[in-house]
Amino acid sequence: MLKHLLSGADLDADTATLILDTAAEMATVAGREVKKLPALRGRTVVNLFYEDSTRTRISFEAAAKRLSADVINFSAKGSSVSKGESLKDTALTLQAMGADAVVVRHPASGAPHRLANWVEGSVLNAGDGTHEHPTQALLDAYTMRARLGRIAGLSVAVVGDVLHSRVARSNVLLLATLGAKVTLVGPPTLIPVDIGTALAPGTEVSYDLDAVLPTSDVVMMLRVQRERMADSYFPSAREYARRYGLDGPRMARLPDHAIVMHPGPMNRGMEIAPEVADSSRSTIVEQVANGVSVRMAVLYLLLGGMK
Amino acid sequence: MAYPQAAQPQPVSPPSVKVILTSAELARVVDRIAHQILEKTQGAAGTVLLGIPTRGAPLARRLAARINAFEGIDIPVGVLDITLYRDDLRRHAVRAIGPTQVPPEGVDGKRVILVDDVLFSGRTVRAALDALSDLGRPSSVQLAVLVDRGHRELPIRADYVGKNIPTALAESVRVTLAETDGADEVRLIGGAA
Repeated sequence: MLKHLLSGADLDADTATLILDTAAEMATVAGREVKKLPALRGRTVVNLFYEDSTRTRISFEAAAKRLSADVINFSAKGSSVSKGESLKDTALTLQAMGADAVVVRHPASGAPHRLANWVEGSVLNAGDGTHEHPTQALLDAYTMRARLGRIAGLSVAVVGDVLHSRVARSNVLLLATLGAKVTLVGPPTLIPVDIGTALAPGTEVSYDLDAVLPTSDVVMMLRVQRERMADSYFPSAREYARRYGLDGPRMARLPDHAIVMHPGPMNRGMEIAPEVADSSRSTIVEQVANGVSVRMAVLYLLLGGMK
Repeated sequence: MAYPQAAQPQPVSPPSVKVILTSAELARVVDRIAHQILEKTQGAAGTVLLGIPTRGAPLARRLAARINAFEGIDIPVGVLDITLYRDDLRRHAVRAIGPTQVPPEGVDGKRVILVDDVLFSGRTVRAALDALSDLGRPSSVQLAVLVDRGHRELPIRADYVGKNIPTALAESVRVTLAETDGADEVRLIGGAA
């Protein structure tokens, strides 16, 4: 098993499948009277968050607590970071406190990789810049398998701001490993040239959502990052919603079994219409629940055995 | 000139293998435990069988099938994976966890009989008791094993024993079952030839 989880590319098909199978067992704990397992008793997990996050931080915290680990939450706001402490010094402080695992989110791409060289424990990437978010890709894969019964052979459309999306990058890598066919869809300004071949050969690119929908088993809508709108990647929010937003009529073009995913937080009326977000095809709430199970599996497999 | 011959390396003798239970004997033992369960629980009402993987799970199903054949009653059967409750998790590489299947009736207020193939140190049973208490509160817990080989390290005993086999610590007891290994047999391996 791995020591760190930094990238979707760290996982081969066997390891990824082991994580998904383990997550399926972890999911049964949520339905039990005592929602707790003793596997990580006495281990310390630090959530080191340099960026705002609700669901990822809470999800990691719930996962670690269900495995009986001690959890220390660290957010950059109100900490020594605002006094100018470097990532390395913060890491060494956590190391001295005996952290067995550091879950890190950082605005700089590659920060978790640097951190992995500085601390002795495991490092889990919970999102770094515009780079990767591997546990999101795992929970998305878990959700697809739970809803559709398989991953290999599925056609997955990833729609929206691929340029800035760490969710898209990790998903492309993991889904290629697991045998799904990924098509990246969005305005040309938001899809890097050659991203498909750079990440995983076989990945396709399309600028026409309506053409892709009828052959898709899964549509994964990415959040439009409103903070980037001033950068003129597209003319206006309304034009983006018209061309790349998923609304009711567009959803009707999907095959009957197809599902709609979104990593959250969503902009209702922008990339996804409320009627789609609340439809029975939408897996958005399941993705959150599955996130806890998948993160339990990752924490157990990284920390549960001999050091 | 004669030089002393170098000592020939002694061939390592293969460990001795002794068959403790043949397929027919194993079937008889399972029948007897099924009868004992019926006797000791006055008809097995309110009883749940939970097998401990790997080989406790098929054994529990066999016991339930035999009880059904004798008395025509259906006893709920489940599987209790104990991996996450082991006390040696940190001494080994990480272990894959198996499925836990609790019958829909649950375990609250039931008489739970844990089923395993070999009772040795007792640590597996201790882990199973911890796992069970996280699933609910049974009215009582009993233990059925195919083989008791002794060398307990914890204050644990079985309520139903298929066969007591005195063993040396160096020996090992191998249980194979048709469901998991292709054939029914219990063998004692190693020790004095």
